[in-house]
Amino acid sequence: MTQRELAEPRTAAPGRSTTPRSGPARTRKRRVGAGTRAPWWFLLPALAIFTLIVVIPSWRGAFYSLTDWDGLSPQFNFVGLDNFFKVFRDSAAGASIMNTAFYAVGIMVVQNFIGLLLALGVNSAIRSRNWLRVLFFAPAVVTPLVVANLWQYILSPQGALNTALRAVGLDFLAQDWLGNAQLALPAIISVVVWQFAGYSMVIFLAGLQSIPEDIYEASSLDGAGSFKTFWNITRPLLAPSMTINLMLSLIGGLKLFDQVLIMTQGGPGSATESLSTIAYKDAFQFQLFGYSTALTLVLTAFVAVASLIQFTLLRRGEDK
Amino acid sequence: MKRYTLKTGVLEVVMILVALLFAAPVYVLLNTALKAGGVTTSLAPVANPSFDNFVTAWVSGGLGPAMINNIVITVVSVFLIVVISASAAYPLARITRTWSKLAFAFFLGGLLIPGLLALIPLYTTFRDLQLIGSIWGLVIIYVGSQMPFSIFLYVQFLRSLPLDFEEAATLDGGSPFRVFWQVVFPLMRPITGTVVILNTITVWNDFFTPLLYLSGSGTNTIPIAIYSFTGQYVNQWGTIFAALIIGVIPLLIFYFLLQRSIIKGFAGGLKG
Repeated sequence: MTQRELAEPRTAAPGRSTTPRSGPARTRKRRVGAGTRAPWWFLLPALAIFTLIVVIPSWRGAFYSLTDWDGLSPQFNFVGLDNFFKVFRDSAAGASIMNTAFYAVGIMVVQNFIGLLLALGVNSAIRSRNWLRVLFFAPAVVTPLVVANLWQYILSPQGALNTALRAVGLDFLAQDWLGNAQLALPAIISVVVWQFAGYSMVIFLAGLQSIPEDIYEASSLDGAGSFKTFWNITRPLLAPSMTINLMLSLIGGLKLFDQVLIMTQGGPGSATESLSTIAYKDAFQFQLFGYSTALTLVLTAFVAVASLIQFTLLRRGEDK
Repeated sequence: MKRYTLKTGVLEVVMILVALLFAAPVYVLLNTALKAGGVTTSLAPVANPSFDNFVTAWVSGGLGPAMINNIVITVVSVFLIVVISASAAYPLARITRTWSKLAFAFFLGGLLIPGLLALIPLYTTFRDLQLIGSIWGLVIIYVGSQMPFSIFLYVQFLRSLPLDFEEAATLDGGSPFRVFWQVVFPLMRPITGTVVILNTITVWNDFFTPLLYLSGSGTNTIPIAIYSFTGQYVNQWGTIFAALIIGVIPLLIFYFLLQRSIIKGFAGGLKG
């Protein structure tokens, strides 16, 4: 079929001619295809590479999750859903699911709270606002591995944080932050927050800047205080930015890998292990290839649910 | 309008203090890297800064070849991502038939999948094809895995782009191929900027893919070179930090040159 055959019927279709040719952009929505001859085969390279690199391997992953394949030998057995039962029975996997939930929720809450405060701060009339925006966002473009290595030192027993605490007489607070099973996970969350709070900030900032100034003037004439103004005006108008931020950080937290592997390798014990780190270790260190793909499918389910919630919330927000 | 009041002044002081606290790790990074020898516990500014650590890191960390690999991988991947996703977005946005909608949904489905799901099974295929240890293998992976997001951004943009120009160009007798590359593609410049920025940062910083696909091959990217370097120089933080600084300099230059567009790209990119 030629692209002409694909494109022409659109223009000839009865009922479509009611839309004026030079109407405003909005009314064109249904008319697309009329004056364009976008060749369908332009799609092929993208389709081919996406299918080969993402779709087929993902299906193969789903297939291997039903086997006991070790990733190397030519033979493997079907084990049905055993790998999935094992995910929910295995205490290491269970711990990593809990940890992953902690990472995701912890990062989501703290990063966006700080990001919002930073955004409100740099959206004011302060003279240093442009400098501060550039500074706060800078860590977000840096390699996560580099940030993790830097903080690994800062949080080590002889590291900068403990040195600073001792210097101000808070010796009793000094400790092995990443070697403590209770503190290691919150410590990793803090590092991620330090790196990406500026990312949340720029998304909130874009939202804040789209709020017309006169709404605030009217509110201040009415004598509303700054908290009341924030709660009644800023908060509802920031809802779309909030949705994007919450979901981006949630999904980022669910997928957390680099920071954990660098700072703690999942330890002490399995206190900081995430779904991604155990899936990686099971596949490449323990030759549990089938089991590893089952773990990644569980992760995929979490990420897909989070993404679908995001789409739904955003769409609902746009309708209003 | 916003006026500079006493309250603003207080806020300014508070924000600058927050910024100093926020930047403290960067001070630790620079200060430790500039210190010769192994003593790293003091926080005082280093008395006689030396660049010895940078020399050691550059030479024994193999950062030169890794840097070249990173640049080649990033430039080639981002170029291919732009060309392939922009052209795919054209029929996806302009043709309203069912197959086109289904194809777009097929790509969007990729946004729901974490990279890990495909990357582990793909490893066995690449191993059989002997693509492990090849930077071109990585390029193929980046192009494939960045398709959904890039196509999404292009389609969103194209849908709001009026048809007038391409209609005129078509009436003038331009072939669809020329109409796209000479008329439509230049009009998509703003979103191409966003696609380039977001993908450059993602590809440059990626650790997981080269960890799997380059491991043990002797071919490194910056993150992998630093990773194996930290394994060899355990606790020699001065040298490690010098390597970290060298590793992020290209990206920081990119950031400070284009900060306005980069911040805008990140802030708006996902809303499309």
